[in-house]
Amino acid sequence: MFALFWIPLLTLLGTLVPLLARNLPRTLCALAASILPATALLLILTKAGAVLDGASFTEHYTWAPLIGLELAFRLDGYALLFTLLILCIGLLVILYARYYLSEQDSIGRFYAFLILFMTAMLGIVMSENLLQLWLFWELTSISSFLLISFWSHRSDARKGARMALTVTGMGGLALLAGILLIGDTVGSLNLSDILASGDRIRESDNYALILILVLLGAFTKSAQFPFHFWLPHAMAAPTPVSAYLHSATMVKAGIFLLGRFFPVLSGTELWFILVGFTGLTTLLIGAYIALFKHDLKGLLAYSTISHLGLIVLLLGLNSPLGAVAAIFHIINHATFKASLFMAAGIIDHETGSRDMRQLNGLWKYMPYTATLAIVAALAMAGVPLLNGFLSKEMFFAETVSQNYLGALSWALPVLATIGATFSVAYSLRFIHDVFFNGEPINLPKTPHEPPRYMKLPVEVLVALCLLVGIAPSWIVADLLMGASSSLLNGPLPEFNIALWHGFNMPLMMSLIALTGGILIYSAREGLFAFQAQFADRDAKIEFERLVQQLINVSTRFYAALESGSLQRYILLTLVFTLLVSAIPLISITQTTGPRATLPADPVSLIAVIILALATVATLIWHRQRMIALIGASVVGLIVSLIFARFSAPDLALTQLAVEVVTVILLMLALFFLPQKTPKESSPSRVVRDLGVAALLGGFMATISYALMTRPLESISDFFITNAKTGGGGTNIVNVILVDFRGFDTWGEITVLGIAGLGIYKLIRRIRLFMPSGDASGRHWSKDAHPLMLARVSQALLPIALLVSAYIFLRGHNLPGGGFIAGLITSVAIIQQYIANGVQFMKGRLLLNYQWLIGLGLLIATLTGMGSWLFGRPFLTSWFDHFHLPLLGDFELASAMLFDLGVYLTVIGATLLILANLGQLTTPERANVEEPH
Amino acid sequence: MEMLISFTIGLLTTSGVFLILRGRTFPVVLGLTLLSYAVNLFIFASGRLVIDGAAVLETDLAVPDPLPQALVLTAIVIGFAMTAFAVILSMRARADLGNDHVDGQIPDTPEEISHEMIREKRK
Repeated sequence: MFALFWIPLLTLLGTLVPLLARNLPRTLCALAASILPATALLLILTKAGAVLDGASFTEHYTWAPLIGLELAFRLDGYALLFTLLILCIGLLVILYARYYLSEQDSIGRFYAFLILFMTAMLGIVMSENLLQLWLFWELTSISSFLLISFWSHRSDARKGARMALTVTGMGGLALLAGILLIGDTVGSLNLSDILASGDRIRESDNYALILILVLLGAFTKSAQFPFHFWLPHAMAAPTPVSAYLHSATMVKAGIFLLGRFFPVLSGTELWFILVGFTGLTTLLIGAYIALFKHDLKGLLAYSTISHLGLIVLLLGLNSPLGAVAAIFHIINHATFKASLFMAAGIIDHETGSRDMRQLNGLWKYMPYTATLAIVAALAMAGVPLLNGFLSKEMFFAETVSQNYLGALSWALPVLATIGATFSVAYSLRFIHDVFFNGEPINLPKTPHEPPRYMKLPVEVLVALCLLVGIAPSWIVADLLMGASSSLLNGPLPEFNIALWHGFNMPLMMSLIALTGGILIYSAREGLFAFQAQFADRDAKIEFERLVQQLINVSTRFYAALESGSLQRYILLTLVFTLLVSAIPLISITQTTGPRATLPADPVSLIAVIILALATVATLIWHRQRMIALIGASVVGLIVSLIFARFSAPDLALTQLAVEVVTVILLMLALFFLPQKTPKESSPSRVVRDLGVAALLGGFMATISYALMTRPLESISDFFITNAKTGGGGTNIVNVILVDFRGFDTWGEITVLGIAGLGIYKLIRRIRLFMPSGDASGRHWSKDAHPLMLARVSQALLPIALLVSAYIFLRGHNLPGGGFIAGLITSVAIIQQYIANGVQFMKGRLLLNYQWLIGLGLLIATLTGMGSWLFGRPFLTSWFDHFHLPLLGDFELASAMLFDLGVYLTVIGATLLILANLGQLTTPERANVEEPH
Repeated sequence: MEMLISFTIGLLTTSGVFLILRGRTFPVVLGLTLLSYAVNLFIFASGRLVIDGAAVLETDLAVPDPLPQALVLTAIVIGFAMTAFAVILSMRARADLGNDHVDGQIPDTPEEISHEMIREKRK
């Protein structure tokens, strides 16, 4: 025995074989390509006996259990039937394509696509899990897109492929929605569970929605009206593709789905109305249009549409016997239509034309192929002794025995007979126009018989048509019964497929159809003239127009949204933020919460007033950039005072240090940028922006106030309890940074380092405009490095470094730590740059800042990885207390090493930015190009 | 006191947002700076205001919520990196493009230039 997943897996592996073998001679490549599918077929056959006796195999493998997705396969009679169709016809098509494709076509690529498609189809029919089924369903859309557009240099192939993909892809989305709804209703996405809960689905409120969504998926795939238009355009594919996809497999996937869900979704009036009428309409429209197509493949395409409609109608009749007939017709249609497509391909191949106005009298040139094609076409017409006749008889019998339409029930058999009549007529046209009816007209090639083995697949299929037609109970009865009983998921109805049921109503209808078909064909000239009065609508043009309109609409939308103006984007984002945050704010009934507020003291009040004045000054004089910068720096200082006031010394220190660095940075930048901002905004824009800004500010103030006056529910108790015992430090903020959330900090310093390096790259090779004086035309001071400043700062440096070392060391237990110490060190070094100049520093400070960043990150990372040595997760910390004579008790913690990494990275990044920016004005600058 | 801090946050947001909406790079960078003050204060305030709280453990004082403080501390440092990146980028943009407008080009009319014009110019 073997596991079921091997079947699709073998063919999936089989997609690689032709790619590997693509440089071999073509026959060898075809042989290699068919090995794995043939193996899969043999494996399936070993299980066929058990399955036909009523066994059904399922297999489950966990994939993504939370969303209900399993890797689950199923093989029952219904799946077996399709598996055999897919593999057998697939193998025949591989053989056929070997002769059909020309030397220029990449046969390896073709086989790879074809076998990929085969895998997708096998996946659909063998899926036990519906999500998995859907994945394979989409894979058929994609692989068929690749196959239809195989001749990608041809515009019609590309357009046809796009149309097929769009239509079936949209249907696939609907199907996914339907599947999810089914899963929601049943509580499982596995077919076995779903097939057992038909009543629950039919009685659920979502039944109509589920049905419509699933039908959208099935109808688009099976080219049912009104989605049938993509199929004729898919005929731009190479003929082996049409023989495989558009007769036997892909278009049957929709029908497969209808059959699979037959026990679950059918049995209601809605099912009959939607499925039955769609099938009937498609049957009639397809049969009618097929007669008028001059293109051989076009005729076959519409005939396929018509026959698919017939099968859908049979399923729509809500009767078990109808479902049996549907399965029978699936088999028969696959055999005769695949052989007809292949015959059409041979004719095209050997004559260079598919136009029936040119192709005449080919009997003389290729009698053998003609015989095969004529037999297959007669099967399509439903002539006795051929398989098409048997299933058509069953179809007629079903239409006669239904009585859904009450007093109008007679209409259905009549319409069915009319459809069959046209079917006879176009089959006749296929036979008579192509093989008889005078002499060929202006054919590009002189016709002759094809290579021997190109005919073999046609022979096999035509032989099947005959065998099934003559001795149905021997050849096909077991398969039909096995498939039907698993499709119905219940008792099998009594039926008897035989050639002769006596002289009854279905036989009458067949006779009428045959006679009528001959009459219609003989009167075809009048009909053609009648049809010529109607404007010929090309679905491709209309589809392209629709697509174009969609593109236009989205282009306009896109242009309105993305105008290229940053101001507009920001404004849109802010307005959207306002709208989104307004909704929850309105629903808060009270702004002030129950928490007791702190009284405002005069010092705080004065500080806030200064901050407010500085902010407003920044706002008002924002075009005087220096003044605005001073205003902003005052704000920054007050903010650090606020942190200090509200018991956050670490923050106050950090903010202060960062403020210093930022202001230096911005002043440096301002040197290279215009000193003033021109007046550009119109008054209305200023008012608008101020309005948005004030609204947002009001929102933020409200949210802050509402937040602060409500009780605090924090997760910080954990940190407070464990900081000392678990992290070994009493400064909780620092312990959080280097221990509890060390991984975050590790990410932070990485980002900091990346920003530093990015800035370094931005500064290199910058072409600068260097003003010789300020905005008012005054020259810069000649005394760039005043003596007093230089001396004092040199004296300050050791003290500053000592302070930063102290701040660093005490960080774990008292306010301080790597971030703050790093910033203080940076400020101390920057001070030296400012006071003494780059030239002076260059000889004395031999630090490579990029290396410093790297070293810091390396230390932090290695510290983190160190805990692996002890079998602990990344960044697990360790600490202990030691005693040394003279120094007394002290503590060592691995977190300090991590903090050292933080310290070095901060210094490296800060100095990399500032020192490089600062030396731009000096000869030390790196690779600066002079302005042109 | 809560009222004062909320007012501060609101005022800083207002100025920051207004400056971010300007057309030249330097005011936008200043706006970003002001806005990050506002955001940092807001996150800090989410731990509620505590006066004379304990800076470290093992004192008798009330311990303020350390988590927002830790978040804000890294936010300040990263905010610096972001400001630095933005301002250097604007320097580079001015050097390469010859102007300091946020769109890399000065619009013909200061007001509401049409999208088509921008597209045309790009071509």
